[in-house]
Formats: sequence, structure tokens, C-alpha cells
Amino acid sequence: MSMSARDKFGLALIAVALIALPFVLASAGTAWVRITNFAVLFVLLSLGLNIVVGFAGLLDLGYVAFFAVGAYVYALLASPHFGLHLPFWVILPIGATVACVAGVILGAPTLRLRGDYLAIVTLGFGEIVRIFMNNLSSPVNLTNGPKGINRIDPFQIGPLNFSASDTIGTLVFSGPIKYYYFLLLVLLAVIVINRRLQDSRIGRAWVAIREDEIAARASGINTRNIKLLAFAMGASFGGIAGGMFAAIQGFVSPESFVLNESIMVLAMVVLGGMGNIWGVIAGAMLLSFVPELLRYTVEPVQRALFGKLLVDPEVLRMLVFGAALVLTMRFRPAGLWPETRHRREMSENRA
Amino acid sequence: MNTVLLEASGIGKRFGGVQALKDVSLTIKSGEIYGLIGPNGAGKTTLFNVFTGLYPRDCGEVQFAGAALDLASPHAVAAAGIARTFQNIRLFANMTALENVMVGRHVRTRAGVFSAILRTRAERTEEAAIRRRAEELLHYVGIADRADDLARQLSYGDQRRLEIARALATDPKLLALDEPAAGMNATETTALRSLIEGLRRDGLTVLLIEHDVKLVMGLCDRVAVLDYGEKIAEDVPEAVRANPKVIEAYLGASAA
Ligand SMILES: Nc1ncnc2c1ncn2[C@@H]1O[C@H](COP(=O)(O)OP(=O)(O)OP(=O)(O)O)[C@@H](O)[C@H]1O
Ligand SMILES: [Mg+2]
Repeated sequence: MSMSARDKFGLALIAVALIALPFVLASAGTAWVRITNFAVLFVLLSLGLNIVVGFAGLLDLGYVAFFAVGAYVYALLASPHFGLHLPFWVILPIGATVACVAGVILGAPTLRLRGDYLAIVTLGFGEIVRIFMNNLSSPVNLTNGPKGINRIDPFQIGPLNFSASDTIGTLVFSGPIKYYYFLLLVLLAVIVINRRLQDSRIGRAWVAIREDEIAARASGINTRNIKLLAFAMGASFGGIAGGMFAAIQGFVSPESFVLNESIMVLAMVVLGGMGNIWGVIAGAMLLSFVPELLRYTVEPVQRALFGKLLVDPEVLRMLVFGAALVLTMRFRPAGLWPETRHRREMSENRA
Repeated sequence: MNTVLLEASGIGKRFGGVQALKDVSLTIKSGEIYGLIGPNGAGKTTLFNVFTGLYPRDCGEVQFAGAALDLASPHAVAAAGIARTFQNIRLFANMTALENVMVGRHVRTRAGVFSAILRTRAERTEEAAIRRRAEELLHYVGIADRADDLARQLSYGDQRRLEIARALATDPKLLALDEPAAGMNATETTALRSLIEGLRRDGLTVLLIEHDVKLVMGLCDRVAVLDYGEKIAEDVPEAVRANPKVIEAYLGASAA
């Protein structure tokens, strides 16, 4: 378990790079800090979904519902909508708890389902949540319908306001930079939690269920409870990410929580390598950044080369996305950076 | 030695038009090796599946270690002390041999999500104990050197041993083996035989389904014979072998 000097040095280097990153990005434009923040949010979501899909092997196509629940909990408790302005460190745990309960409610009726059937039911659940958000504006205006909820409070720690800039010496800490550091801390915590769960009694039970549910039951695992636990844990992470999303964005509307988002997060998990935390992080980063890079380069490049815009960046984005998935599934079916177990399995096939 | 460990009475199970089990009653005593034989399709595996809660039964009760067994939930059966292996090996293919056995400890350990996240002292102690016990069991069944290999990479015989180790990890009172020698070569069967004899010496009760007549007759204290879902005989091996009903069941089956 102890680290070599080289590992320590590498780790220190990564830490310095992560701490310096937002300032480097900010010099290219604050937009890039924001883009990074959203990428980290997607990493959090992917790590949450990875518990359900990667560890326990339960195909969940409605995961964005928990992101939505977390976001709306934050929006309702910290905006002029109800005139409530609770601090974020109170709301985030509430959001996680509500999402957790939602996860159990979704999980309970699906316990006997597997594979395709489970995917369809969870897909339906995701849509139900979105439709609720869309329609719960009357008779009591709970969610403000399709217009969404505006003017959501940013994070505030004492005098430190996350929507304003602070200058310390020559360093300008803009709002997004502060969120970046906060997200980094949360990400660190989530990575540690995931790793610990993976190497635990419960983590093994999840993988056992994924590998052979009947053998898992015969080995004394209460598969119903352990599956519900996977749904609950995954949903809690989604709820926390949702709360932070609401605060960073400043407004929420049902539009942010469409099926496409669930599929995107699932694609991140699958592309990166189901079950392997680092693979999932890599997948989420790739699918978050590459489209943005394209958005910022495709147009200028085309104008420079042809003097006019031939292919819309948005079209190219979907094309690249589709191609990436097809190529991964063809050449690296277990993902770019698969779980060790799967990797070993492949090298065995090659040998 | 002669206390009753398991008492099944009036077990019935039907699959559509097939009466897989019909009013089966049997008694297994503590410390014995109890053989269950019968032609293909006689209902042996189905009886295992009923005992371990994997198939709902139509009727009948099972008393185990002095209490009624909750046949509706397999994990409760495992907790009560019945462990099994499968006729068509069911391992956690992409977990290592060691991890497979560690899963078997699940039912005897407690750590939950929060103690795992916080890595409490109790959790770490328990994890270490799980690992130690799993290593011991791999050693016991003779595949300690394969601990870090994926279950799917093991040879057929080693997979059967691994299944036994995983079952033993649940600290069973009764170990139910469904055709453990199937597909094994002579050397592997001999090793299996001494493994089962060792289990008996260590005080475990074994319920053994097996087609290998030599193995059954050599190992078992008592043997029951199923035919078309009915128990047609139950006695010491020599008596069963001489029983005309049994001979007819086997001859009828092989003649068909
Ligand atoms: N899940 C099931 N659905 C339908 N029929 C089943 C099922 N399981 C078993 N059966 C039927 O029940 C009868 C008993 O099968 P079982 O597998 O218990 O026999 P067995 O004695 O274990 O045979 P073998 O020696 O071939 O393993 C057979 O006729 C079989 O076709
Ligand atoms: Mg059978």
C-alpha cells in the first residue's frame, strides 16, 4: 500500500497541475473554466452511474432523473421561488437524501428485471420525473413548469460569495474558479468513496450480482437489499451533482434533464471502461471536452481553409460522438480503460 | 452423530406438465454423507433448488437444525447453514478465485456502506479476517496457487474446487454438492474424494448428488434414490444397490 518516491512525486505533480489549471484556463477565457466545471460535474455523474451500471451491472437509462431531483431541491430551497434561501451545505445533503429516496423508489419495482427490461423501465422513470417537473406548476406552483426556476442563490461561505470575483494579490479568483476548487474537493471525496466501496464487502456483493445473480443469492447475498443499495448510492451522487449544477448555472428547467443526458452519462461510463473508476473519469472528460474543442476550432479552421462554413460544429459533434462509440465497441468492447478484471480477460484471449 | 440435521416432508414441485418432485420426504443426520442418485431428469437438482430456496415449492416443509427453514429466501437458507454447488458450475467468472471465496463470507460478516466509506477499524479488521479465511479455504481445497487468477481462467476441476471453497466460506452445517465429479478425470475424482472425506472428518454433513456409482457407494453412509420425482429407496449403499426397484429404474432408464 505504501507509495514509492516516484509515485509521490507524480501525485504531487498532478496536484500542482490541478491547482494551477483554472488560472491557465482563465487566460484562454473564463468560458473554459466553466466548461471544465461542467466536465467535472459529468465526471461526478458518471462515477455515480458507474456504481449502478459498472459495479452492480444494472442498466439504468434514467439516471438523469436523480440529477434533476438534486437540482430542483437546490433550486426550491435557495431561490426567490419560495423565498427560501438555505445555505448550500444544508441543501446538498437534503438533495442527496431526496435523490437517494427516489433511487430506492425507482429500484424497488425493478428488482426482478434485468438487462433490456430494466433499461426500459428506468428510461420511463427518467421521463416521468422530467414530465413532472414540466407540469407541477398548477394547481400549486411547485416547479414553475417549463419556464424553470431562476435567480438561484450561488454558494456562499461566510463572506465568500461564489458568484463574485475576489482578488488576492495579483490572482483573480472568479466565481467559476471558486466553483472549480469546490468541485475538485467533491470529486476527490467521491473518488475515495468509490474506491473504498469497490474494495469492500458491499462492493464485492455488487460485482457478484453482476456476474451471476443466482450464485450470489445462493452464496447468501440478499440481492434485493444490495441492489437497492446500488440504486440509492448512485442516486445520491447524482443528487449532489444536481445541486451543484443548479448553483453554478443559476437556473434550472426541465430541458436540462432529457433522455439524451442519461444516454450521454451512460456513454461516458461505457466508453471509459465500466467498473474502472479511472476509465470512467477519462470517458467523462473525453466526452465533455472534445465537443467543446470542436466547437471552438471547427468554425475558424473551416473559414481559414475554405473561406466559409461547410459543416456545422453541432453536426460534427454528433458525428464524432457516434464514431467514437462505434469504434470503441468494435475495438475495445470493455472500454478505453477497462476494469482490471476485464483487461486481464482480454490479454488472456490474446495470449 | 445421530441427531437429525435436515428433515424434509412432503416436498412437491411441478413444472407445467412435469411433476418434478412428488411427496418427497427424507431425513439427513448430522455428520453423515447422504447420497442422492437417480436417472437423468429424476428431480435431484430440483430438490436442491427447493432446499436452497431458488425454486418456489408447491408443497412440503423443511426443518433444518431444529427450526423451520424459510424456503422463500435463498440468503436466509444460506444464513441458516445450507451451502451448495451447482451442476453446471456458477462462479463469478470475472472475479479472482480469492474474491469468489470472499463473497462467500458475505453472509457471516456485517460491514455496510458507511463503515466501508469511513474505513473504520472494525471494517478493516473484518476485511482482513475475510481475506485470511478465504486464503485458508483456497488452501484447504488445494488451489491456493490460483488465488489471483480469474475464476474463468481456472481448469474445470479447479473451478469445481473453487465452488466448494466458496460454499464452505458461508460456514455451512450442510454442504450440498450437485454432481461435483462430473467432467473430472480419474486423478481429479480421486482428489475430490479425499476432499469430501476430509470434510466429513471435520464434522460437516454432506448431501451428494452424483452419477459416479463407485464414488457414491464408496463415500456415502446412506443413499436415497429418486425416480420420476419420487423417492423409491433410502438405505445404506449395499442395500440400495440390491434393491429391485432401483435396478429397474436404472435399467428402464438406460433401456429407454
Ligand atoms: N426450470 C425448469 N423448468 C421446467 N422444467 C424443469 C426445470 N427444471 C427442471 N425441470 C424438469 O424437471 C425434471 C427434473 O429435472 P432435474 O434437473 O431436477 O433432474 P436431475 O435429476 O437433476 O437430472 P440430471 O441427472 O440430468 O441432472 C426434468 O423433467 C426437467 O426437465
Ligand atoms: Mg441435475
